[in-house]
Amino acid sequence: MLEIRDLHVHYGGIHALKGVSLDVPKGSIVTLIGANGAGKSSTLRAISGLVKNKRGRISWNGTDISSKNPVDIVKSGIVMSPEGRRIFAHLSVLENLRLGAYSRSDEAGIAKDIDWVFELFPRLSERRNQKGGTLSGGEQQMLAVGRALMAAPELVMLDEPSLGLAPLIVKEVFDIIRMINSKGMTVLLVEQNAYAALKVAHQAYVLEVGTITLSGTGEALIADDRVREAYLGG
Amino acid sequence: MNSATFIQHMLNSLTLGSLYALVAIGYTMVYGILRLINFAHSEMFMLGAYFVFWGITLANLPWPVAMVIAIVVTATLGVVVDQVAYRPLRDAPRISALISSIGVSFFLQNVAIVFFQAIPREVYRPQWLENPIIMGGVRVLPLTLFVPLLSLALMLGLIWIVYRTKAGLGMRAISKDIETSYLMGVPVNRIIALTFGIGSALAAASGIMWALRYPQLQPIMGTIPGFKAFIAAVFGGIGSIQGAVIGGLALGFIEIMTVAFFPDLAGYRDAFAFVLLIAVLMFKPTGLLGERLEDKV
Ligand SMILES: Nc1ncnc2c1ncn2[C@@H]1O[C@H](COP(=O)(O)OP(=O)(O)OP(=O)(O)O)[C@@H](O)[C@H]1O
Ligand SMILES: [Mg+2]
Repeated sequence: MLEIRDLHVHYGGIHALKGVSLDVPKGSIVTLIGANGAGKSSTLRAISGLVKNKRGRISWNGTDISSKNPVDIVKSGIVMSPEGRRIFAHLSVLENLRLGAYSRSDEAGIAKDIDWVFELFPRLSERRNQKGGTLSGGEQQMLAVGRALMAAPELVMLDEPSLGLAPLIVKEVFDIIRMINSKGMTVLLVEQNAYAALKVAHQAYVLEVGTITLSGTGEALIADDRVREAYLGG
Repeated sequence: MNSATFIQHMLNSLTLGSLYALVAIGYTMVYGILRLINFAHSEMFMLGAYFVFWGITLANLPWPVAMVIAIVVTATLGVVVDQVAYRPLRDAPRISALISSIGVSFFLQNVAIVFFQAIPREVYRPQWLENPIIMGGVRVLPLTLFVPLLSLALMLGLIWIVYRTKAGLGMRAISKDIETSYLMGVPVNRIIALTFGIGSALAAASGIMWALRYPQLQPIMGTIPGFKAFIAAVFGGIGSIQGAVIGGLALGFIEIMTVAFFPDLAGYRDAFAFVLLIAVLMFKPTGLLGERLEDKV
């Protein structure tokens, strides 16, 4: 269970997060939606330990992790797939996956998870020795998700996994999110594609200029007039 | 020129080229990860040679043992330099680390002057490297075989680390995207330290073998070979290990062969590298195997 209380993030003079509080219960899919620049990525980056200038409490399974570095965060079971995929273009698909497992040393478990990722994404399996940079956008996104899964996380945070993908691939990505969640993985999902995200989420938060303005179950927010107007196109 | 002397020139080129290549690798690896030209790198070359000298004269160690210990000590020193002089500046503008490296270079040179004194020192050379052997009618100095072979072994070891180990995967990842590597759990600072250690070890090995070839130790002995090795790295394409090796060998061949075929130019020998540098910067700034030097975001 991840609990965030009164999280503030500053970039120089910019006050990007102004007291964000949210809960991600174990086993759930929680989504964070909001306009460009609302602070969604900042929230995930703060949890990951990338943002140093932050205030507030980030508690993970009962311990405060707000001062830990990214490597320790990954070891504690939280991993993030960053916005824009950020796969390693010059490394092969297999090497990208191995890199995702960097914090682990259980070789047998790693081998099993590589097989599992290839099962989830058969297209990656066919291209296992191809350089990451030669994959299509959709394949790169799958590699980015697969790479995060290779850390064997309890909580996986996905920053806009459907960005720039064709509708059919978007559907595939959301199917995968449901599927890994059904295997027991907790998911914190940041999305521009609000409708699809709310459909898949158990719990949802709306972030506006650094503040949570609405929260509720995914279904409740889909029905909410304010959400319909601002994020679902009326 | 008959074929026997030509073979000798070839071996000399290979020897000199390997020595440049070993140093160039350290420049290129650090540049590849931190975008830092590590001016202090040439001092590792110098210190490696002096440490062997100390090991033999003060501790009475046999030459091969002194060499291994000197390489290990220099590697450790390379890691310390990174931790003390560069790590605190990781988030600072890149020019800060560059200036810091110039400072470290001067500092180490002066420390060497204090401890080893400025007078040039004679180096002990194992006899078996000195006595010419006859191979197929050609007189060959064992040294000109030993240096390329040991260099080759070291380079193969490096390639094994970079392409076959987990730490090597981490190195290749952080050289392209430090932040994402960090997010994936790669202990970035430890990998950078390892990179400095490896680069310094190779520079030390080069300095030690250099002292066998040109058996005089001086606190400033690293400067010129260091500059040339840096040029070799730029020529090969900075950031590329293969490029550094090719650049080093190419420079070794250019120097030896130009002097061999045009003895009148011998006096300008040290200038060849700089002519090469200017040519590279004019016609192919990314070097032979380099990628475009775009700024990392
Ligand atoms: N490294 C940074 N330096 C300065 N300002 C930043 C930095 N990163 C983010 N910001 C600012 O913080 C605010 C929140 O940015 P963030 O990336 O968290 O938004 P987001 O909700 O993820 O937006 P998007 O949907 O466009 O990805 C923005 O105003 C942005 O300009
Ligand atoms: Mg974002």
